[in-house]
Amino acid sequence: MTRLDPQPRERIDRSAELTFSYRGKPVTAFDGDTIGSALYASGVRVFSRSFKYHRRRGLLCCSGACPNCMMTVDGVPNVRVCAEPASAGAVVHPQNVLGSIDRDLLSIVDRIGRPFTPVGFYYRTMIRPRRLWPTYERFLRNVAGLGRIDRHGVRTTRYDTEHRRVDVLVVGGGASGLRAAREAAAGGERVLLADENPCAAPADGFDVVAPARALGIYEGGLVPVAAGTLLLRVRARRIVIATGAVEQPLVFPGNDLVGVMLPDGARRLVEDFALAPGDRAVVLAADDRALAVADVLRRAGVDVVASIDLRTDEPAKIEAAGRRGRLHGVTIDGAHHDCDLLVAAGTPQPAYSLLAQAGARVEYDTSRGVFCPTDLPPGIEAAGRVTGALGEVAPTRASHGGGFVCICEDVATKDLERALAEGFDSIELAKRYTTVTMGPCQGRLCHLSSIRLYARLQGAAEAAIGTTTARPPWAPVELGLLAGRSHEPAKRTALHARHEQAGAEIVWTGAWKRAHSYGDAAAEVRAVHEAAGVIDVSTLGKLLVTGPDAAAFLERLYPNRFADLKPGRVRYGVLSTDAGRIMDDGTVARLGEEQYYVTTTSTGSDSVHGWFEWWNASWGMDVEIVNLTGAVAAVNVAGPNARDLLAQATSADVSREALPYLAAREATVADVPCLILRIGFVGELGYELHFASPHAEHLWDTLVGLGATPFGLEAQRILRLEKQHIIVGQDTDSESNVLDAQMPWIVKFDKDDFVGKWALEHARARGPRELLVGFEMLDGVVPPEGSQVVREGRPGGRVTSARWSERLERGIGLAWVPPEHAREDAELEIRVDGRLEHARVRLQPFYDPDGSQLRT
Amino acid sequence: MSFLLPCPHCGPRDVNEFDYAGEVTTRPTGTPDVRELAGYVYFRRNVAGVQREWWHHRFGCDAWFLAERDTRTNEVLCTEVPAARARS
Repeated sequence: MTRLDPQPRERIDRSAELTFSYRGKPVTAFDGDTIGSALYASGVRVFSRSFKYHRRRGLLCCSGACPNCMMTVDGVPNVRVCAEPASAGAVVHPQNVLGSIDRDLLSIVDRIGRPFTPVGFYYRTMIRPRRLWPTYERFLRNVAGLGRIDRHGVRTTRYDTEHRRVDVLVVGGGASGLRAAREAAAGGERVLLADENPCAAPADGFDVVAPARALGIYEGGLVPVAAGTLLLRVRARRIVIATGAVEQPLVFPGNDLVGVMLPDGARRLVEDFALAPGDRAVVLAADDRALAVADVLRRAGVDVVASIDLRTDEPAKIEAAGRRGRLHGVTIDGAHHDCDLLVAAGTPQPAYSLLAQAGARVEYDTSRGVFCPTDLPPGIEAAGRVTGALGEVAPTRASHGGGFVCICEDVATKDLERALAEGFDSIELAKRYTTVTMGPCQGRLCHLSSIRLYARLQGAAEAAIGTTTARPPWAPVELGLLAGRSHEPAKRTALHARHEQAGAEIVWTGAWKRAHSYGDAAAEVRAVHEAAGVIDVSTLGKLLVTGPDAAAFLERLYPNRFADLKPGRVRYGVLSTDAGRIMDDGTVARLGEEQYYVTTTSTGSDSVHGWFEWWNASWGMDVEIVNLTGAVAAVNVAGPNARDLLAQATSADVSREALPYLAAREATVADVPCLILRIGFVGELGYELHFASPHAEHLWDTLVGLGATPFGLEAQRILRLEKQHIIVGQDTDSESNVLDAQMPWIVKFDKDDFVGKWALEHARARGPRELLVGFEMLDGVVPPEGSQVVREGRPGGRVTSARWSERLERGIGLAWVPPEHAREDAELEIRVDGRLEHARVRLQPFYDPDGSQLRT
Repeated sequence: MSFLLPCPHCGPRDVNEFDYAGEVTTRPTGTPDVRELAGYVYFRRNVAGVQREWWHHRFGCDAWFLAERDTRTNEVLCTEVPAARARS
């Protein structure tokens, strides 16, 4: 295939060649070619096989609207190659074929299967016997459908989202779109123009994004524009829709043969790519612009054997005939013409979809036979042919003797007739039953003809049939573009590098990355019990609550009492909701009369901060809340040697008298100003140091250098379980209250009010439904967390935490059990791997029940 | 949802920058009975119309504020930072 002589407006650069592969063989293209035009130039005529019947299909619109040229490009299915710029090295394959595109074995469906596969056949014929449905489904999925995705593929494309604010967004870069953009730019407005055409006109005082497709108009005037791998979220004061009109295929037998083209498709092949769309042509059209294609073809050397103006000479019957899917002649009201190109279109339909999405009404114009937008909402404008300014046009027949209404989904006039006969008399129902307008073209080429056909079949006016609802996306869009960038943010503490250097196993805990263990959790537990360990607890939420009302504020928020907490002291607190449920827990240290330092759980820091701010906004108290979580690092030094170890790093007095259990002191440790909280989640003498996070590595290195063994989350979990200390969210859920979690001493019912007071009063009056208790296993097993507690053969509780305690030489844990079982030594049965294992309730901590180690 | 919400501090912003925190409820005073408490804790008016509600400018200035919004159209009539009450 040779190119025509250079055309005045051709897009190809004949001096620059590139090569891509099609079906494994190299194809040469010029710079400026699309994959489709280069394939056409290399002699390809059959571009795809149809959705249902596997009929041969060739270039039709050459504008990326129809489904006929969809191929798989570099693994991406359903790419319209007619609009996809050719790029060097691209790998292109046809899709939806068994065998080859030329000899597709599945075309048997077209040859012998059609009588058995009317519209909706699979709803009726393939439902019995029910158990065979999976087989049917597998068969149908192989036969029908379009491209395939690689189910084992990995993300190779990076998609991104960008927000744009402009004064004016113009959608469509045709003559009227360009005019609107230039006028707005001349008036000093910031303008963005989006156009589907890869070679949009150069910018003229405004921004152009191309090739780009506006996907819809959403609430608030948001317009997502798909521009390659970038999704622009555009907001504009004014939106000008200049999407033009879409040429409508005529409906006649053989209207899907290879060689039947829309006028603009034929024009593009000639003018943009210097390709002759055929040798002998017949032109059938209903407007001047389309009829002018006859002259374009003649200039390109095509023999135009007939050109028929449907406005004046509309035939009743058109029938195209072909061999092996390729057009070789057309009979128009009995007159036969041999031809290999049939340029055929009815009245162009304004592309109003975006306007309708924005809230415009759509009315049928009987004099022209098209739907036109009207009543545009404020801020939305239309320009050019989309308004219905189509020149002199007249309605054409709904069909010229049958044929395909919808080429995307192979829906023929017969199918719509059948749907109507079966009672699907509304166009919305017909759409869902026959899938007309639901294919890849999204109704661009079949919406109008399906409505007109339905009107004719029902003897009704088109206005009475109405349109189906216009919804986004108006143009096909890759799911990856909607998903955006792969975004899994991880929070790392200031000590993360140290954990990695120490070979820690790192795990996700919420958004945080934390050290699970440094290789041997049991040894870490031993180090804490016998000497001293250090754990990174920087993930704890840290809030500074200050102001004249700080004490009163915490009194109202917590069931605990904090007004009587003396400066320099720490108290454990549990937050409750007004429904009485446990929300979070942590420690509260009073630093001064009007200053409290509140810690939260690692996962709860944001929600607790929000909770504090919200209540403060409601109450309007004189309190400031500052979230220090990221700015402050924290480590916990714990173990019988912790005091001696700390004393070597500080000149401050850390003796038992100067810094007793539950004291809070500001002191310098290893030259770093710290807040020291003497608390003990892990059950040994412990000091929690809070300090500015840039000093974290220095302090960590100092403590480890003095002999503290780093321990991770797993060791901490074992240690705290030996003390029966709960973890909110692990041992409690959205139903748990602090009374049932066996911490009644938290709740000061004599306070006037606090969040959760009334619900907790009701809970107290009602009595517990279940209680959280410790248990130990009697025979060496550790039940998985979540295991069922069984009593008398029935479910009666659940295990929330369980670990093997080396120190106790048995499995221990926490479980919710019915109140009657919540007594010391009560026997429980726990279902593990289908067997019932025996356990015994332990209400006191397994380790150091009187807390002497903590207080030492 | 893609409407713009005017933050009292930052001006109109995409609604995705905010957390919605529900309609404004009235916390009972005194000691509510079970029915009153359940109403406050669990029941919402869920109006089709103008609703007074809480918003949090989570990906912005972090402010908690009140908005009056028509739940049928998402038209935001006004937003405000709640006035500080008499200091307790």
